[in-house]
Amino acid sequence: MATTESTAAGVGPVEGGSLYDVDHPAPFIEAPRKRTKKTPKSTRGNFEMAAWLFMRLSGVVLVVLVLGHLLIQLVLDGGVSKIGFAFVAGRWASPFWQVWDLLMLWLAMLHGANGLRTVVNDYAERANTRLWLKGLLYTATVFTILLGTLVIFTFDPNIR
Amino acid sequence: MATPTLDKADAAGAPEPGFADSPYITVTLRVRRFNPEVSAEAVWEDFQLEIDPKERVLDALHKIKWDVDGTLTFRRSCAHGICGSDAMRINGKNRLACKTLIKDINPAKPITVEPIKGLTVLKDLVVDMEPFFQAYRDVMPFLITKDTNEPTRERLQTAEDRERFDDTTKCILCAACTSSCPVFWNDGQYFGPAAIVNAHRFIFDSRDEAGEQRLEILNDKDGVWRCRTTFNCTDACPRGIEVTKAIQEVKRALITRRF
Repeated sequence: MATTESTAAGVGPVEGGSLYDVDHPAPFIEAPRKRTKKTPKSTRGNFEMAAWLFMRLSGVVLVVLVLGHLLIQLVLDGGVSKIGFAFVAGRWASPFWQVWDLLMLWLAMLHGANGLRTVVNDYAERANTRLWLKGLLYTATVFTILLGTLVIFTFDPNIR
Repeated sequence: MATPTLDKADAAGAPEPGFADSPYITVTLRVRRFNPEVSAEAVWEDFQLEIDPKERVLDALHKIKWDVDGTLTFRRSCAHGICGSDAMRINGKNRLACKTLIKDINPAKPITVEPIKGLTVLKDLVVDMEPFFQAYRDVMPFLITKDTNEPTRERLQTAEDRERFDDTTKCILCAACTSSCPVFWNDGQYFGPAAIVNAHRFIFDSRDEAGEQRLEILNDKDGVWRCRTTFNCTDACPRGIEVTKAIQEVKRALITRRF
């Protein structure tokens, strides 16, 4: 009733010509996904929950902030051609737009950084890779947030 | 094999020459084989079988093991979708081999059969389930009450209270959900859908009093917050449990408990 194609290489009965015997045991296969003593201790903080909640809440706020930003910058009142130093200076004269942009900067950067953190956690397999990728990510995030905040607060419209 | 009218004298089960409309068709089973004592590499091996398309993938595996190649290794116990032993990746989807009919998975093409992903393969289709059961044990899947006295009567519960966690009582621990979860595939430290489903079963049980402890365990770095709601688990569950929904309910319980 049944035929099989010739036995694939590397598979076959162990009896007879086995590569291994008592003196040459088969290599022990380490289970890579086990909870062992080396596995990092479990955390009992609320950080992951806070991060999860932050993603949802900041996402809702960012929809308004970013879409409003894009509408003002790119669509209304002449579109992108109107944007120049004078346009930015005029907008940042108002505290409302300062707060808008500051909020957008912080929320977007933290939202994106946290998203990338979960991507690194999900995809980087080696502890060292994770460490370096996350280190790079956090450095870039902190740098961008601080630089942006500095610019918003110290912006000088009369700069030469 | 499944058709009682066929002549059993034909031990191999092939169609009799006289049968005009034989139910048998030829299918190719492409099985992922691995024998650590022979080779470090897993290889695909094709088996051609004459089989009734109304039979199951498990029957095809039995035919191979009993009649063709006795070294083929796989788990199965009850063979009727209750014990949860024979979860495997069939045509790229996690299913129970004993609940998957040949005719339902396009027998015109070779049917691929692989071990479930994310757990160490021991031989052929057999994986090391220990990390899976470790996560299961970690959520304390048993009734805990503060009252230490021996109960003198049943612990009663209303029908509504029972209904609250009815869905998650159906789990048979086959690991189809956990081994379909891309987060679990990465490092295997995520508790996994199955452990969360079984925690859900007790967290929302009105008779149990350790829900708070279980929620705290699942608040872990590798707990419910690693769920990305890809719904692979819900699609994979052979019992039709709404796994992702259960995980979301645990998340909601964690949030509403604090605020």
